[in-house]
Amino acid sequence: MSFSWARPYEPKHPLMRWLDERLPLPRIVYGAVGGGYPVPRNLNYWWNFGFTAAMFLAIQIVTGIVLAMHYYATADGAFNSVNQLIMRDVNAGWLLRYAHMNGASFFFIAVYIHIFRGLYYGSYKAPRELVWMLGLVIYLLMMATAFMGYVLPWGQMSYWGAQVITGFFSAFPVVGEPIRVWLLGGYAPDQAALTRFFSLHYLLPFVIAAVVILHIWALHIPGSGNPTGVDVKDERDTLPFHPFYTAKDGWFVGLLLLIYAIVTFFAPNYLGHADNYIPANPLATPAEIVPEWYFWPFYAILRSFTFDFILPAKLWGVLAMFSSILLLFFLPWLDKSPVRSGSYRPVFKRFFWLLVIDIVLLGWAGGGAPTPFRNAIGQICAAYYFLHFLVILPLISAFETPLPLPRSITDSVLHGEEAESAPAGPKPRRTKTATAVVE
Amino acid sequence: MATARSAEGSTSSDSGGEGVRRRDFLNVAAVSFAGVGAVATLGPLIVQMSPSQDVLAMATTEIDISKVEVGQRIKALWRKQPVFVAHLTPKEIAEANAVPVSSLRDPQSLSERTKPGKENWLIVVGVCTHLGCIPLGTGEGENKGPYGGWFCPCHGSQYDTAARIRQGPAPRNLAVPDYQFTSPTTVTVGAKG
Repeated sequence: MSFSWARPYEPKHPLMRWLDERLPLPRIVYGAVGGGYPVPRNLNYWWNFGFTAAMFLAIQIVTGIVLAMHYYATADGAFNSVNQLIMRDVNAGWLLRYAHMNGASFFFIAVYIHIFRGLYYGSYKAPRELVWMLGLVIYLLMMATAFMGYVLPWGQMSYWGAQVITGFFSAFPVVGEPIRVWLLGGYAPDQAALTRFFSLHYLLPFVIAAVVILHIWALHIPGSGNPTGVDVKDERDTLPFHPFYTAKDGWFVGLLLLIYAIVTFFAPNYLGHADNYIPANPLATPAEIVPEWYFWPFYAILRSFTFDFILPAKLWGVLAMFSSILLLFFLPWLDKSPVRSGSYRPVFKRFFWLLVIDIVLLGWAGGGAPTPFRNAIGQICAAYYFLHFLVILPLISAFETPLPLPRSITDSVLHGEEAESAPAGPKPRRTKTATAVVE
Repeated sequence: MATARSAEGSTSSDSGGEGVRRRDFLNVAAVSFAGVGAVATLGPLIVQMSPSQDVLAMATTEIDISKVEVGQRIKALWRKQPVFVAHLTPKEIAEANAVPVSSLRDPQSLSERTKPGKENWLIVVGVCTHLGCIPLGTGEGENKGPYGGWFCPCHGSQYDTAARIRQGPAPRNLAVPDYQFTSPTTVTVGAKG
């Protein structure tokens, strides 16, 4: 697709040639994830998480379709259909449900690592801005899907999650409350809300899959980035996706599936909340209500506004939460540094890790009961989050002096492992390897 | 990566000479392992469609036959399917026994289709053996067909007083379920006896 030396698809079997002339689907697959897609030869393991995320999307779709065969989208029956029918009666239903529950968490884990990879290595920069933005669209769709899926078991956390999240819309003046009532089809979550959430929860994963195809398509126009951020110059810089990266992704997916299986079998409820095993009660909110872990940082931003300032605190919180994601769409223009990879940007690198710590702290602040201390940490971290993207990042890209880039990908690789991992220019070769040989 | 390339064309250190290369062996082993895992994963996805234990637990139904008078027929529900219970009249028994068994499509005598000493109680699954419709003839005033048994309205299969197929497309007689008389007036359908 992207480079002139990409291996063309040459079907050998007459049947495949016959098919290729009529429906060149194998040709597209070959060019996308086969031997016909040249990939930089120096990708490190942070590049494995896109493939992993795609696999978890597939797991979610398969287990979800199967669970929908047994689920009742009724306010009376939903809780029992999940907790009695699926968990106890349906053959292997407990496994499928736990796989789906934890699959969502692992999907988010993979996607978060994938996003931070992009942030560190400047994957959002030209010519891959649209790849980045489509990725954010996928992320937003995932959040909507995960939220609606969490409502379906109709436990206490489901119910009050639906109440709180649709409550975001009531923050907007005048139109807010009518929009909330329209979204719910009532004044509080009930049958109408549950049925439409189920319908959309079934639909959105297929929309995600479609946007994933656009994401990969847009990626394959310039080709994959790489840890040096240096453009591919010739054939020596690349390897065909198959068999090199299919093998690497393949074994790595096996490793992650192992961790996923350990959690699913031995700690299936570790990432969930016990209160969701209490049936929904419209008259009592659980004492400690928090969203699923993957929403914690945003939840912290939401509740970091505790006072009215021109606008009501409630509206500020909602606006801040939405804009914390929306501002990422402008990232390619906020960070104007021509150097992509954080490995060659000493100042950027430090602030990147500070951002990681900030977001972890935000997650801690959003994941617990609101105490004054926790709120204060949440407020500081929320302020820093915006400061990072809106002030620090543009300043760094204006004033930072990046390290010298390698002349080519091959050049960086052939320095040997040490120079590749710590690319601070050519270092004097230590005699360590030589002595090893002598010994 | 560089070694991967050079290994393809050479027969140097990591090759086993003329035999199977180490890399090929690892490749086949890894892919086979993944394949076995993938097939094993299909298990739960397939068995989730099978009837669950609570559905299988509905496999017996008790029917009270004390109120069924001679000549009367009733329907009961067993595994979400109708069961016909017919209290046969002596005339119906005589009609059923008058037919030479060998002339039937699905040769069975009335006594083979009833319990010993209880020949007047015919209990069959009320599902036509052609394509699963419920034959008429159990309810009061329904069409019993020319043989005085049951008549399937879907494709015109005709059953006699022993619920044996006599004419029409159905291949077999109405099935006799496993059942036993748990008391003189109670039948448990689904229980072997």
